[in-house]
Amino acid sequence: MNQLRRTFLKSSGMAGAVMVAIGAGLLKSGEVMAATWNKLAFTSNNIADAMKNANYGGATESKDIVITVPDIAENGASVPVEVTSNIPGTTSIAIFVEKNITPLAADFEISNGAEPYIYTFVKMGQTSQVRVAVRAGGKAYTVSKEVKVTIGGCGG
Amino acid sequence: MAEEMKMRATLQGDITDVKVRMNHIMETGARKDPKTGKLIPPHFIDQVVATLNGKTVLDAQWGIAISRNPFIGFKVKGAKVGDKIVVNAVDNLGTKFSGEVAVAAR
Repeated sequence: MNQLRRTFLKSSGMAGAVMVAIGAGLLKSGEVMAATWNKLAFTSNNIADAMKNANYGGATESKDIVITVPDIAENGASVPVEVTSNIPGTTSIAIFVEKNITPLAADFEISNGAEPYIYTFVKMGQTSQVRVAVRAGGKAYTVSKEVKVTIGGCGG
Repeated sequence: MAEEMKMRATLQGDITDVKVRMNHIMETGARKDPKTGKLIPPHFIDQVVATLNGKTVLDAQWGIAISRNPFIGFKVKGAKVGDKIVVNAVDNLGTKFSGEVAVAAR
């Protein structure tokens, strides 16, 4: 009886090890599939690195980017952000929440007649600058606006 | 899955205003399960591509900070009534979502 139990534990332990190996394999193939996703930029934990890794490093401040955000957001889980770039030749628009653990929220490439305009909703953990960066004619431009957050929306 | 996306595309002058609402939990990975106290693994849409008559107009990468049941609004020039706008999205677990809509007059 005792011997049987030993054998059973041993074999189930081995089966467990195989399962873990398969799990690790699956994770790896998933990473390969999402190779184009800019993991470095999305996991950067400060605004300077996030901007640099998303290819908006050294951006020039510009008033030709218009951000519409509320001054005060009661719920940080869903904060409206509307962006229009008036810079000619805008090819991409990125949205950053400076005080979020990972500031980069989204990066939109626009082409084939899409207007340099984006409207979306983001999560904010706390009161922060919402920063927008755009690329136009191979150069980066940026502007930011503060949103005061009453209740954070990033978990916890 | 029923109703992965709700879409509307309205022609206003020569610009088409497109609105997309997706059904997705957009789990950040920073939230704890109140029962177990363990972190809930991240589960979020990370790539979104929109096309007009098969041509890419918007190619987006998202992080965890896009709100639950994500919304995007964008504008396209040069579309006509009846033109087809398709949105394809994929989340970090590889699940694919899509929606399509024909451009309508205002």
